[in-house]
Formats: sequence, structure tokens, C-alpha cells
Amino acid sequence: MVEATIVRVNSLAAVSRDSASSPQVSLAVLPDAAKLVFRGRPSSIGAAGEAFGVELPQTANRFREAAGRKAYWLGPDEWLLEAIGVDSSELFSTMSEKLASHSCSLVDVSHRSDSMAIRGPMSEYVLNHGCPLDLSERAFPVGMCTRTILGKSPIVLSRTEQEVFHLDVWRSFSPYVWSFLDEARQEFLHDQSARSPT
Amino acid sequence: MLLIKCPFCGPRPELEFSYGGQAHIARPKDPASLDDESWAEYLYIRSNPKGLHAERWRHIHGCARFFNVQRNTASDAIVATYKIGEEPPKPVDPGLEEWSSRSGAAL
Repeated sequence: MVEATIVRVNSLAAVSRDSASSPQVSLAVLPDAAKLVFRGRPSSIGAAGEAFGVELPQTANRFREAAGRKAYWLGPDEWLLEAIGVDSSELFSTMSEKLASHSCSLVDVSHRSDSMAIRGPMSEYVLNHGCPLDLSERAFPVGMCTRTILGKSPIVLSRTEQEVFHLDVWRSFSPYVWSFLDEARQEFLHDQSARSPT
Repeated sequence: MLLIKCPFCGPRPELEFSYGGQAHIARPKDPASLDDESWAEYLYIRSNPKGLHAERWRHIHGCARFFNVQRNTASDAIVATYKIGEEPPKPVDPGLEEWSSRSGAAL
């Protein structure tokens, strides 16, 4: 009998190797997380928040965080729930048990996407190479999240600190998104004096 | 790039949206009782105005919701956006309509 073990490999593992760091803008792979998508009517939102441990934000395009868990508002009846360092099937079964009496949908999407962070004073500028949103703090404050487009790929973009953005990207798109951002930040990787004269 | 105001998320770039055809087309309550002609009319026949047009859009790369838009097909000016199920805003701002028809004539 052959025993098969399935090992989840982060889709960014290969492309992020030897990534140069820059004080202006750096890229980082975020740890794997359990991710669930919850959809339901207003009557079940409170129960879902209780079961997850973070109250679901009702304001459009905002996320709420508590003890390593995040609840992202994606649509008026749709939330992405993210818990770092938690077994997704365990989280799923405890939540679905608590929500059994409600008419709602809960789907485990942990294997659908991987997450990366972009940080530094030039991160807004670099993201704007492929994302047409106004990312200034006035229009996109800390605590805001949204689904949007970067280059050719759909992403979930959130601002966790003034100079830190998190991106949630589908696995098949993530090497593309990483390389896209890496290329966009080339001008900050070498200081002016190190550039070869052309 | 056109900015479209999603009723849930606010103004967003055009490329986050997809078009969903003419709005306010009610499905017949009893399709079986229709003759072929009126069924075909419900399925295929759409208005094609030069000027104000009510249409459905979907914020597919955002909140993923369908909503309605009043747009001037000649000038591409978006006059109003409103949620599905809401009445289209009336009357349309006459100033904007006039502006739209003027710029439409210049095309």
C-alpha cells in the first residue's frame, strides 16, 4: 500500500527566493492562513462573527482584526475570514456547527490563494503601476480592504498600516503579481550612484 | 478612465465593472401563455436609444453586486447609479441631459 501525503507548497515560494530588500519598498510572503468565505443574510451575521471570534464589519470595504484573525468585508453579504496558524478544517467544522441553525453559506477557500505584503514609503506608487485606485490615505485609509485589479489579476487589497499593504492573490496568479510588483519597484532597488551610465 | 459610482463602494475605475445589458426588463409572469412573437420580444428585442439609457452593470472586481446605471449613450456621461430594486431617479437632471445631448450632437 502506498501512502500519499499532500504537502501544501506556497505558490510564492519559488518566485520570492532571493528577493532583494529595499528601504523604499519591499515585498514579503505572508504565512499560510485558514481562509473561509461566509455569505449570509443580516440575521446570521452576528452569529458568524461570534463563531469566528471577530465581529464582521458592516461598513463597506473595511476589515476588522482581533488576535491574529481578520474579517474582510467583500460585499454587502460576503466576508472573507482569515486566521493565521489555524487548521482550516478545524475552524470550518467549529464554525459550521455553530451556524447550523442559520441559512447561510460557508466555504473553505484556504487553498485558493496566497498572501503577500508590500511595505515601504513607495508602496502606493508601486501598486499604482497596475492598480488604478486612489491609494492615498484620504481615499484608502488604514483598515480599508477591497477586491480590485492589479495588472491582469484580481486581488484583495488591504491597508494594515500607513505604509503596509496586504494582497490576497489566487495561487495561479500569484507568481505573476509578485513579478509584476518586483519589476515595478526596480527603480528603488539600486541607489542612483550604482546605476550604470547609459 | 471612466469612474463609475458603485452604490455600495463609491466611485471606482471602469475596469472593475462589467456590462449587464438593458435594465428594467421584467420576465413575463406566465411565459407558457405567450405567443412566439412576444416571447421573442422579451428575449431579444432591446431599445437602442441615442441618449439616456437605463442599463445593468456589475461591480465584478469589487463587491460583485449588480446595480443600475442611467447613461447617455452618445456622450458616455453617467447620469445616475442606483441599487437593483430601486426606482430609477426621476426626473433626470435637466441640466445634465441638455449638456449630454449637446455633446452628443457634437460627436
